Amino acid sequence: MAGLRLRWFPLVLTGALVLALAFLTVPIAAIFFEAGPRQLIDSLGNEQALDALRLSLLTSSIALALILLIGTPAAYLLATRRFRGRNLVITLIELPLVVPPAVVGIGLLAALGPGGLLGGALGDLGIELVFQTAGVVVALTFVASPFYLRQAQSAFEAIDPSWLGASRTLGASEARTFLRVAIPAAMGGLLSGTALAWGRALGEFGATIVFAGSFQGITQTAPLAILELFSSDFDAALALAAVLVAVSAALLATVKLFAPRTDPRAGETITVA
Amino acid sequence: MHCPCKRAALAAALLAILVSGCGASDDRPRLIVSAASSLTEAFSAYGEGLPEDVRFSFGGSDELAAQIRQGATPDVFASASTSYPEELAADGLVGEPVVFAANQLVLIVAPGEQTTTLGDLLLRRDVDLVIGAAGVPVGDYTREVIDRLGPQTAANVLANVRSEESDVKGVVGKVAQGAADAGFVYATDAAAAGDAVKTIRLPPNLEPRVAYSAAVVEGAVDPARAQAFIDGLLEGPGADELADAGFLPAPAAGSAGGG
Repeated sequence: MAGLRLRWFPLVLTGALVLALAFLTVPIAAIFFEAGPRQLIDSLGNEQALDALRLSLLTSSIALALILLIGTPAAYLLATRRFRGRNLVITLIELPLVVPPAVVGIGLLAALGPGGLLGGALGDLGIELVFQTAGVVVALTFVASPFYLRQAQSAFEAIDPSWLGASRTLGASEARTFLRVAIPAAMGGLLSGTALAWGRALGEFGATIVFAGSFQGITQTAPLAILELFSSDFDAALALAAVLVAVSAALLATVKLFAPRTDPRAGETITVA
Repeated sequence: MHCPCKRAALAAALLAILVSGCGASDDRPRLIVSAASSLTEAFSAYGEGLPEDVRFSFGGSDELAAQIRQGATPDVFASASTSYPEELAADGLVGEPVVFAANQLVLIVAPGEQTTTLGDLLLRRDVDLVIGAAGVPVGDYTREVIDRLGPQTAANVLANVRSEESDVKGVVGKVAQGAADAGFVYATDAAAAGDAVKTIRLPPNLEPRVAYSAAVVEGAVDPARAQAFIDGLLEGPGADELADAGFLPAPAAGSAGGG
């Protein structure tokens, strides 16, 4: 075997990967190591933890539905059109990725709070967000949408333009081409964007506590409940953390499992086999 | 496609911010103080005048105590209640606690709020009230006050609670921003917020006894220096800053001598 000759560079690569893997997995594994099965089962009877989990699943699902509905066509436009200011638009959309979540919360209060820019208009319409479950959805949607938009845009950009052209030549409208050709072709990227955005929404903390507050059953999502349990009941905090990790991992795995293989090399493997 | 020059410009700008924020490295001995959020202004001013490089970690006292239980070792722990330092001392995690200040609980309302009496606020149904979470000292003191109103009124008031914040600054922020109509905080936080909020004092029969205590944490890098920080809170620059911020002297039952 050629591998018998020791080369230093592959060793560096392997070392870097092992280091990264250990750094990223040890803290997650420690949660399960510290939270024994008994604590996990006990936490299923903790009403505060259950309320928080239920609320997290509800709000993140609604946020994801909004993101998919608006984000998919928006990303398609960015991927298929060239226009003045396009780079600026992309940068503005990506800005929430680097803005601290607490700053997002303050921004949301300044824009949508009762005394904010649009707060009066929203109030006239009878829409209340601060201290309401709807406010949590707004915060989650804000922080999670750039993750989806980025992935969806690059997924649409990766489609061979001749496919879309062929669809149009065959007489399909652009709307039909978008629904029947572009979305199926980009499905893998769209699903992985969904997974990333969902994970980010489930983990959201700072924007939620600043904008929506923390109240059991109404605005206290799982990460907020973990902070509160951290000081009063460390075992329950660990158990809730473990459940949150498991739910997030399950979401990620489900989406990855159903993602069609769009990687060309995956196709190659199949032909060879 | 992405423009590399834009990325480079962004990176340079970020780096500039980081570098200017860090400043020169500091050779002074370091003192790490975990302190209740309500001590933010007074302690920051006290720390600036000290020869040491004092680093503060402000938060809910319950959260700071939980960090110490999980193995964090600041040099000093200063709590907005006497119970957390006592519990930690009983478990050998901190030294003998010293009561160093007292405070008052008040109700704050947003400046635009028309209601200015406690009674009105408590009887109304449409008030958005924000309080500290249970376990956070300000939250526990608030519940003490609400309990003294009698079961009927207490139930009404609790029904108006929209958010339970993890520290007192969260309550102040929500009211100052106009997100909430009213909140229970310490008199010192209300004073620090200035014109952003209006203060309503509580009648003496409702007022809880709010006392602050501090202790040297076991495993402090230099226990003598940590003790000196606490001593300064009882007499000297720390006590002066506390008084300036509106804190009251420690109750006579405290361990401070001279009385």
